[in-house]
Amino acid sequence: MSQESIVLTLPPKNLGAKGVLRRLKRAPLLPLFLLSLVVFAGILAPWVSPNDPRKGDLRARMSPPAWLEGGTMQHFLGTDHLGRDVFSRVIHGARISLIVAAVTLGVGGTIGVVLGLLAGWYGSWVDEALMRLVDIALAVPLVLVALVMVVSVGQTFPDFLGGQTGLIVVVLASWIWVRFARIVRGEVLQLKTKDYVALAKVAGASTPRILAFHIFPGVINTLIVVSTLQVGWVILVESTLSFLGAGVPPPTPAWGSMVADGRDFLAGAWWISTMPGVAILLTVISLNLFGDWLRDSLDPRLRQLAST
Amino acid sequence: MRRLLLSFVTLLLVTVLIFFMARISGDPTTLLIDDYASAQTLEDLRVSLGLDKSYPEQYWTFIKNALRGDFGESIVQKKAVGTLVLERLVATFQLGLAAFFLSLVVGVPLGVLSAVKRGSMMDQVAKIIALIGQSAPPFWIGIMLMFFFAVKLGWVPPSGRQQASSIILPAVTLGWFFVAANLRLVRSAMLDVLDSEYIKLARAKGVSSTMVVWKHAFRNALIPPLTFAGITLGSLITGSLVAETVFAWPGLGQLAFLAVRDSDYPLLQGVVITFAVFYLASTFLVDILYAYCDPRIRYT
Repeated sequence: MSQESIVLTLPPKNLGAKGVLRRLKRAPLLPLFLLSLVVFAGILAPWVSPNDPRKGDLRARMSPPAWLEGGTMQHFLGTDHLGRDVFSRVIHGARISLIVAAVTLGVGGTIGVVLGLLAGWYGSWVDEALMRLVDIALAVPLVLVALVMVVSVGQTFPDFLGGQTGLIVVVLASWIWVRFARIVRGEVLQLKTKDYVALAKVAGASTPRILAFHIFPGVINTLIVVSTLQVGWVILVESTLSFLGAGVPPPTPAWGSMVADGRDFLAGAWWISTMPGVAILLTVISLNLFGDWLRDSLDPRLRQLAST
Repeated sequence: MRRLLLSFVTLLLVTVLIFFMARISGDPTTLLIDDYASAQTLEDLRVSLGLDKSYPEQYWTFIKNALRGDFGESIVQKKAVGTLVLERLVATFQLGLAAFFLSLVVGVPLGVLSAVKRGSMMDQVAKIIALIGQSAPPFWIGIMLMFFFAVKLGWVPPSGRQQASSIILPAVTLGWFFVAANLRLVRSAMLDVLDSEYIKLARAKGVSSTMVVWKHAFRNALIPPLTFAGITLGSLITGSLVAETVFAWPGLGQLAFLAVRDSDYPLLQGVVITFAVFYLASTFLVDILYAYCDPRIRYT
């Protein structure tokens, strides 16, 4: 009997601690540093902010940032039209943005991954139905839907994180799952033809087991990349809605509504609008640069997809 | 044909959603009448508003009126929603066209040049424009532009639509995102195309560099921007909401903002349906244009 070699495709290996460390050395350091600052500020907001973000001192209203004439170190980035400390409000704004992004991606991502796995695995009508849903969801301008929802049911929606914030999370999540579902489905279509999946089937593994232990690990890298790139997007949409008065309601300090607050005081107190905007800009730029780097190092194939 | 059907189904879903949201947002009679009205007055009002009929019947009336352009009356402004929307349509069109023009005149050539002269100064500038367009919140860009060019320098009016130069700032605010989007798409498509065999062949044959770039490569690099035009158009609506609100540009976007601020549901309903119709019509046109530009694509 002649010797035959059988080549099997094996599951992709995860990098492991050492590999991750090696990769981290080439990471974009400035964005990474800024992101850790934002996360740090968001988690520890009540302890690291120098002043109460909601309480204003009317005697100290519109006082300029510390480096300008008349500024004090107590209000490093100045105060707003009600005498509230801009720096503390920016820190607390990070908290609310991060919470909204985390819950939205948690809920939307889970739904998207599960539906994507099922559609990719079962194909036929399950897949067809999902893809039609995706088409429709992509065809609806999200911000309009959010506005309609806020005006119609905003008042009666269960209070979560203050007023209609919960509703915003629901609207964002019911839109963002689509992006996850599409990408996961595409991955599953490729993964399910691999030999190790066939072997698992032969060995008698149940479908849920195959999906959870053999297919899902293969899409984790993709998921990390997609989630990172989507966080920036969620922060942008949330702040836009807050700016329009249909997002996180006052007095909760949110970056978008802070920019809106300062609009009428541009000539006398430009910092009220500028500072929270800089916070959004730096956070989202860092997320995009960090996401691009993650994509290039974890999953270069995504280059095409991510440009959407 | 199938494409037309999809647009139609989406529009139908939007109207059902809007109708449904209006019904669960509460009974409008409680808004129109004071607390001391008798049960009989309340009932009369319900009948005159058609609220005593079944939901499907109410929906049918809603659609019939909407087709005639009758969206009811604004609660706060006390005018027919249809008139309010029509009054503002032109302003939004102007702004949208200006932004679109900007994205073609600035975004596309910049994308081509930055791909052809990869790594040059031009490419770096283009990258920065694209990164800011992708990452900066448009409302903030608008406010910063207003601060520098209207408040500090006084070159252009800060808001409104009284002078011709009023359109500059809102158009740049709205256009920035599209300039960035077109720039990125054209640049990456150009890089792909310039690397392809037929471009190498054209170069090998001795075709001049200008001809290769603008005749052979450019036309093929226009396909990706068209592909994403659907998504871009959706952002145009969001963008006009923001740009019009920041600069008090009297268009549909600002009308939507006012409707949200005043919880004026009939008004919002009219604006949203108008937006949805325009959005679906333009994505439909884009798809046809797309199939025309790239004969490999066919809609059955």
